[in-house]
Amino acid sequence: MMLAATTVTPAWYLVLASMLFAIGGVGLLVRRNPLVMFMCVELMLNAVTLTFVTFSRMLDDVGGQVVVVFVLVVAAAEVVVGLGLVVAIIRKKPGATADDLSVLKG
Amino acid sequence: MSIELLVFLIAGAICLGGALGVVVSHNPVHAALSLVATLFGVAVLFVAEDAHFLAAVQVIVYAGAIVVLFLFVIMLLGVDRTERLDEEPIVGQRILAAVVGLAMLALPLVAILSTTDADGNVVATGQVGVLGTPTEAQDFNVAEIGEVLFTDYLFAFEITSVLLVIAVVGAVMLSKRVKGEPLAIDADEISNDDPDPVDEPDDSADDANAEISA
Repeated sequence: MMLAATTVTPAWYLVLASMLFAIGGVGLLVRRNPLVMFMCVELMLNAVTLTFVTFSRMLDDVGGQVVVVFVLVVAAAEVVVGLGLVVAIIRKKPGATADDLSVLKG
Repeated sequence: MSIELLVFLIAGAICLGGALGVVVSHNPVHAALSLVATLFGVAVLFVAEDAHFLAAVQVIVYAGAIVVLFLFVIMLLGVDRTERLDEEPIVGQRILAAVVGLAMLALPLVAILSTTDADGNVVATGQVGVLGTPTEAQDFNVAEIGEVLFTDYLFAFEITSVLLVIAVVGAVMLSKRVKGEPLAIDADEISNDDPDPVDEPDDSADDANAEISA
């Protein structure tokens, strides 16, 4: 069988990460619920961290893993502020979706 | 079949399945649980790539804190109603989103596969070990990450703490109710949006918001 001789190369991880990124991006564009949109952003961030770790191993440089730590912190801050916004919006308009926030549309 | 291949295939399948679950779930709670599956899959892949510290942080911070925060807000606001995914609010949006998604997938794929040599190594990233601090061959690289984090990346680390303080203060300000703002929601405001308003009174939401921000 061909699989027996196959080894996992860094390219595999990069392809998986780009698939995760694309799924997250499509979800962000398609979904209406602001919470689910945030989850899709988390998916995209995870795809990027996976890429960083892969490159870190490929290039034998621990800096890539340090960047992932920063990405985690920024993601946490983003979620805190984003969920605060969602709470503030939904308190004013229960059941609001992304479509209802079109005040700036002109 | 080697162990690494097996681990990659299973963890990758969990990742992709969870990601699809996030996108297609009607219920936000199910989406959050699918997100947990993806995060665990990524954590397993981190272990497979010798990033043990990041795998632990991934599980603790992401699955332990961020997803719980999501679930907390979902339960708090009562927005766990199922969303109708069969109707398209903007005509042609799904098709455009699919095109953009395919483009987002195709661009990195072309970049990766066109620069992959016969051994499967990506060659467009520069030489191995010429940048920064080379990793030493050891099982746990926590000390190594700590050393680099507090020397080369010290400024970024300090800025990160400022960012966190700003985020916390911002969340507190966002969830604070302006003095004199009415608690009740105007009937005409919700009539065209959604027939069922939030069940919980807003006072309890306020108390719990302060907890989230903290």
